[in-house]
Amino acid sequence: MWRVISERFHQGFRTGKFPLEEPKLPPRFRGLPRFDGECPSGCRACEELCPFGACAVRERKMAIDLGRCLFCADCPACPQGRITFSNDYRLAVRRRQDLLYSGGAYPLAEPLEPARLKLFGRSLKLRQVSAGGCNACEADCNVLNTLVFDLGRFGIQFVASPRHADGILLTGPVTENMRSAVLDTYEAVPGPKVVIAVGACGVNGGPFVDSPETNQGLGTLLPVDLYIPGCPPHPYTILDGLLRLLGRR
Amino acid sequence: MMKNDLEAQLLKNGGTVDLSLMESLGYDEFSRCLLAEVKAGGRVAALFGVPGEGKNEGLELFALIARDRSAQIAVYRTEVGTSFPSLTQSCPQIHLFEREIAEQYGVTPTGHPWLKPLRFHRVWQGDTDVWGRPPDERPRPGDMEFYRIEGEGVHEVAVGPVHAGIIEPGHFRFQCYGEKVMHLEISLGYQHRAIEPMLLAGPHPFTMAQMETIAGDTTIGHGLAYCQVIEALSGCVVPERAQSIRAMALELERLANHVGDIGALAGDIGFLPTASFCGRLRGDYLNLSAALCGSRFGRGLVRPGGVLFDLDATLASGMQTRIDEIEGNTLGALNLFFDEPSVLGRLEGTGRVSRSVAEDLGLVGVAAKACGVPRDSRFFHPTGVYRQLFDEMITEETGDAMARAHVRLRETMVSIDLLRRIGTSLPAGPVKVPVGPLKANTLAVSLVEGWRGEVVHVGITDAGGRLRRYKIVDPSFHNWSGLAMALRDEQISDFPLCNKSFGLSYCGFDL
Repeated sequence: MWRVISERFHQGFRTGKFPLEEPKLPPRFRGLPRFDGECPSGCRACEELCPFGACAVRERKMAIDLGRCLFCADCPACPQGRITFSNDYRLAVRRRQDLLYSGGAYPLAEPLEPARLKLFGRSLKLRQVSAGGCNACEADCNVLNTLVFDLGRFGIQFVASPRHADGILLTGPVTENMRSAVLDTYEAVPGPKVVIAVGACGVNGGPFVDSPETNQGLGTLLPVDLYIPGCPPHPYTILDGLLRLLGRR
Repeated sequence: MMKNDLEAQLLKNGGTVDLSLMESLGYDEFSRCLLAEVKAGGRVAALFGVPGEGKNEGLELFALIARDRSAQIAVYRTEVGTSFPSLTQSCPQIHLFEREIAEQYGVTPTGHPWLKPLRFHRVWQGDTDVWGRPPDERPRPGDMEFYRIEGEGVHEVAVGPVHAGIIEPGHFRFQCYGEKVMHLEISLGYQHRAIEPMLLAGPHPFTMAQMETIAGDTTIGHGLAYCQVIEALSGCVVPERAQSIRAMALELERLANHVGDIGALAGDIGFLPTASFCGRLRGDYLNLSAALCGSRFGRGLVRPGGVLFDLDATLASGMQTRIDEIEGNTLGALNLFFDEPSVLGRLEGTGRVSRSVAEDLGLVGVAAKACGVPRDSRFFHPTGVYRQLFDEMITEETGDAMARAHVRLRETMVSIDLLRRIGTSLPAGPVKVPVGPLKANTLAVSLVEGWRGEVVHVGITDAGGRLRRYKIVDPSFHNWSGLAMALRDEQISDFPLCNKSFGLSYCGFDL
């Protein structure tokens, strides 16, 4: 017992000050892409060069679909090297089209509409469903339960049964082998409910977007209330998204 | 002695063999060699089918046998028709390889004692399904005949695919007598993304991202194994500095997962101090990876030809300082756990796997080392800095959950030491060199000791130097069978603890 207490002092107090203080992310962290929307060359090479089809040029303006972007360290998309990544971890949005980013202000997620906000704003129970990803998004959801993030203090909790949940949080592109289990889990959640897609896979299929064995994330199967892009998203990206959905940021 | 008797092509880890010069054996000779190799202490690192290049050619089988003591890998090839005699009864460690070949290519290993689907996908070529499932319908996951025990007081418990926690999907079928588990059958495939088929005619621009997401917690392990195959096929020599940075990333990955796993074990036991400390410490190791390359999981670090990120002096010394700080906290949290009588009481004797079962099933990594079976490709098949720096392979004797936890504890200490030794003696020079085109008609193999165990990648190119077949073996491929055996005669309530003590990957198995 004394050893436990003394070790507790040795380990120190580790819960972060988020959201009162912004987290310090390493300088090499790749967040919101940084580029000028106007594309002077108009070469449209990026449409071909991004292996995941995240780039499009419309009327000399480049747009990056953050739902498809994997934030690759060696982003091959722009031959002029005009795409770099900022340190901004806040990426969650409410609508799929909001992920089409052309530079400038980023449309961060708005809170739920008043009816559901009233129900879930102070207590949100989520059933996490893993459906064909690589387990990195799952790990970064799990980590929210550690004392660093301490998800419970925001009234958000991952629960064991869909019957106890207010919604599902899905990771993975939804493999064909998991499709019916995902839909069954969604059905088992009593309404009204929320649906959250976490990670490039859950949003649009991620690295497996062209696989014959997967769907392209959750968007094609269910109505999604919150999209959290990234491969995988940083835990603070997920937490920031959840808090925005509940009108807490 | 073996070499004279068996006509094997021998290569080293990271070596290649020119397939146009390699003899194909008759199946009888192939099976004789394979069994003789295993009898002499070799183990089957990979066994897989390669379809012929012409339309009418049959299926080739390739077997890669790791001869640990001589640091060699023996390669054999043969050709089979619509069926071949199964070798599983004499060599149980290939039972899943044979099931995999049957499911992928519709070729029957006759006499296989346990011939069931593995991942529940359509056959990859033609429409001959070994199980007679209709060719125009997709197989349903979990749709197979489970082993059943019948009798008074015997009941069946089915769990999954969706589990209670934040965990990947899988299905477990227990045959129980009261609380006691007589048999556990594990049916997976829910995470199947068809990664191997998508590599055909590659490498493609999307391939590296897929290799890093075979199993996200083994991003460095699988990414590195893939890069070593491409480097071998292109004859590229990776700069020493890059090899050191790769090894640091691999050890950081091991540390994050080992520390996290011990924390998770503590959570399952209900010993909350270590559970909370380790949850945080795992993040500290992940953040070190993020300091190195921007991603907590090491995404974007390892690339064919080297690494994308260098360590400047400030970052290198900053990382060392951080490691010194975390080391004390890590050892404090872990020692607290291993000194607690109630924890030891829970771990000792739980989920025991005997050494002979571990050897028969071909277990690798933590699960094998816990049974006293020496398996570590850093030791037996070293590449890069491990040639000089790695000499401390950990094994335990008891084969139970305690031994598996203890292997992680001791490997944690070895990895911290390695990080320090590699980090303070970084060679100068470039971190990346260009990679040329791949050699035609060549097989290359790469073994990497990921944190769970040995990751095996094998690449085979066609006449144009494109990938004609790419085989990936995650350590979980072997080790799930170990978990099934560990549950025999255990209480069903011990399943979570046993499962956690193995800490296996679902997506790495289902690919």
